Amino acid sequence: MNSPGADAALACELFAVDPAGTGGVWLRAGPGPARDAWLARLRAALADDMPVRKLPLNVADDRLLGGLDLAATLRAGRPVTQPGILAEADGGVLLLAMAERLPPLVAAHLTGALDRGGVGMVALDEGMAEDERPSAALLDRLAFHLDLADVTGFDEPAPDAGRIAAARNRLGQVVADDAVVAALCGTAMQLGIASIRAPVLALRVARAACALDGRGSISMEDAAIAGRLVFARRATQMLAGEPMPPEEAAEEPREAPSDPNETTSDDAPEDVEIPLADILLAAVQAAIPAGLLSQISFGPEKMRGRSAGRAGKPMPSARQGRPIGSRRGKPGSGARLHLIETLKAAAPWQKLRATAPGGRLAIRRDDFRVKLFKQRTGTTTVFVVDASGSAALTRLAETKGAVELLLADCYVRRDEVALIAFRGQGAELLLPPTQSLVRAKRCLAGLPGGGGTPVAHGIDAAMALAQTITFGGRTAILTLLTDGRANVARDGSPGRARAEADALSAAGRVRHAKIAAMLIDTSPRPNPAAARLAGEMGARYVALPYANADALSRAVRAAAPR
Amino acid sequence: MTGLRASLATRPVFPFSAIVGQEEMKLGLIVAAIDPGIGGVLIFGDRGTGKSTAVRALASLLPPMRAIEGCAYACDPGASSRWCQDCRERQPFEPVRSKTIPVPVVDLPLGATEDRVVGALDLEQALAHGVKAFEPGLLARANRGFLYIDEANLLEDHIVDLLLDVAASGENLVEREGLSIRHPARFVLIGSGNPEEGELRPQLLDRFGLSVDVRTPEDLPTRVDVVRRRDAFERDPAGFTAEWAKHDARLRRQIVLARAALPTVGAPDAALESAARLCIRLGTDGLRGELTLIRAARAVAALDGDSVVDDRHIRRVAPAALRHRLRRNPLDDAVATTRVERAIEEILGA
Repeated sequence: MNSPGADAALACELFAVDPAGTGGVWLRAGPGPARDAWLARLRAALADDMPVRKLPLNVADDRLLGGLDLAATLRAGRPVTQPGILAEADGGVLLLAMAERLPPLVAAHLTGALDRGGVGMVALDEGMAEDERPSAALLDRLAFHLDLADVTGFDEPAPDAGRIAAARNRLGQVVADDAVVAALCGTAMQLGIASIRAPVLALRVARAACALDGRGSISMEDAAIAGRLVFARRATQMLAGEPMPPEEAAEEPREAPSDPNETTSDDAPEDVEIPLADILLAAVQAAIPAGLLSQISFGPEKMRGRSAGRAGKPMPSARQGRPIGSRRGKPGSGARLHLIETLKAAAPWQKLRATAPGGRLAIRRDDFRVKLFKQRTGTTTVFVVDASGSAALTRLAETKGAVELLLADCYVRRDEVALIAFRGQGAELLLPPTQSLVRAKRCLAGLPGGGGTPVAHGIDAAMALAQTITFGGRTAILTLLTDGRANVARDGSPGRARAEADALSAAGRVRHAKIAAMLIDTSPRPNPAAARLAGEMGARYVALPYANADALSRAVRAAAPR
Repeated sequence: MTGLRASLATRPVFPFSAIVGQEEMKLGLIVAAIDPGIGGVLIFGDRGTGKSTAVRALASLLPPMRAIEGCAYACDPGASSRWCQDCRERQPFEPVRSKTIPVPVVDLPLGATEDRVVGALDLEQALAHGVKAFEPGLLARANRGFLYIDEANLLEDHIVDLLLDVAASGENLVEREGLSIRHPARFVLIGSGNPEEGELRPQLLDRFGLSVDVRTPEDLPTRVDVVRRRDAFERDPAGFTAEWAKHDARLRRQIVLARAALPTVGAPDAALESAARLCIRLGTDGLRGELTLIRAARAVAALDGDSVVDDRHIRRVAPAALRHRLRRNPLDDAVATTRVERAIEEILGA
């Protein structure tokens, strides 16, 4: 097995052979000598006429895609357009700085550009936490997934640009026989890689490896290299010969099979002759980083990567939303010129200002007006569900039903939802804020019950989340479903008195923070403790009526905020 | 930008007929091409299943159309009742000159601003000549063609509002920056997305005539086929496209014939009744489900060369026409298809 450093060096050369074809590299590494050395190798490997551009995090749309060059336009008195960075990087490589924090809109443009082809990208990911990573749609399109965490430097000889250029010219002549294609597809399936882009990219990497070696037909070694570099970090399961249940594979591209009882496909890989797949599979499995598969047990959330880079949330509202007017300011860096207002501002001064040659308007920097937008802030409903023994025994199922009803309301209002459950010794964030109700529902269905009732923990966790949500510019609504019978205190010790006091103090914080809240009492009969808790929270109190789904629905609807 | 556009135009696109599997998606797009009045197609499913590929391939599959020369909205020389203001004003004084153009398939990128979508004051004209002129936006370019929104579920709400209004009226009304313009904007809306990344707003969901599911193929031979064709295309785009040209041409002929036959395809009472019973059984809201189902079934009949709609045609499009209209818990997406299939089995027989 090759060292991570050797593989990273090899990936660099193969990417340089076919930047656009392989899509690019996901380079997970903090800034430092290893990353600098890798990037230097890449520059050396690329031909001189291949552009390398760096994309800053908060690139404006017109810089990314091209648009009007305002300064030059005013100077010349006619529109002057400037090409975007994407166009400038055409035929070369685009480096994405801090790719884990790319705003979703920029990421969408980049994936579009990758689909069109013509440019390869290196996503420089400085993420620290496991779920801090570039958008999944982007990663899906980048062939090489590298982590330089354990790489200190490269012992390999510097890449030979001449040899790589020769390989680039030879790419078109490299042939792949069907056995290689079948082996790559079969291996991807056995490793639980659902996206069909993975084998497509792997084939291109194998072709680059073959061309780099100066041969004309893809060998098993080429395929093994491609499998190692493309599949190893995408793998979601280790088992050979056990395909993922189709249902799961379709819905959960990165989740390990969770239910072996699901029907399995008739077309299991065993039905097909894959003589080479086993060798390939062994090669890839050897390269799967330790700990990767154990992460899968954390569930899909950790693995999937954020689709909408929450880190980019505090985007200036100077860019999106409904236009509501203008203010004085310099266009650029996101703000957009409000032309009419600018001209209006300039108009009264025309006589005083020496008229520009050709009778053009004289516009000064002070005249610039930029558009103002109002971004409607969304609402995030945080469900805090009591999954303790007392609740589970009586009415956890009904509680789940009530949450589903509320979820349906959220769906209509396009709210985000988050789910926190508390039981035993603490509270757990089961679902960070998302707009995908499918996921919320799935998460809810799998919620186990039992244990003590740490109400204070639940409220504390909800408060922490609500504050994060508020900082992100959204409105948080807490919906607490509990019977109010707290019996685990903040420090984890049992005892009803301490626990209830802690719960009430936690509830008080919610009221002081002026966070909208609703408490749904899930006890069989309305419980005074729950009502007291609601009062302390400043929350609306709703007793959950028994059984009848209709009454339940009405109660929940009546209580729903707005 | 212009450089990028130019290079895009010359890059060949993957041929429609070369797409492996995904029959429902392909049928949905063809049905929308035969009868644009069907109200758009929503393609929901996993990443990397060829959603974008199919839509882009559609553009080169469709037969070209005649359009009035110099018209920003590509008005149809044969349909003067739908002409834009400009064409109407010019017509008495100039002979109508037309040219053949490809059917527009316009991308609406996620980050698109309102300016780009509806159109805005033409900066060039305003700065250089002090003239107040309208620079048409994406809606104008999509007139008589397709408007494609990738990741429609992530589209900003104010853009969605705008699209809903225009899609319903077939007309884009611009009242901004001192402009007052109205122009025809009739297009087939095509949206795609991955439900894992967010829901589609119910109003927008309802607006789509058909909703198709796409899934990653699960069996090895199909996957090998996908990879092999993709690879063949990338290695030799021109050769690959030429190889599939005759398949595309046959499909194109079928679409042209179906369009011509569409007005004559009858929908007998039996077919209407089947559709109605399906909708009642499924409890779809309003009449839109039935109307779309019959309309889509007629397009399928026309495609098959049949002169009347029967249960076979209904069966083929019922899931796409109904699965997003079930009165239901909106969270039950996974079972919507199953429910429709079960109803079809009950009403139309297995």
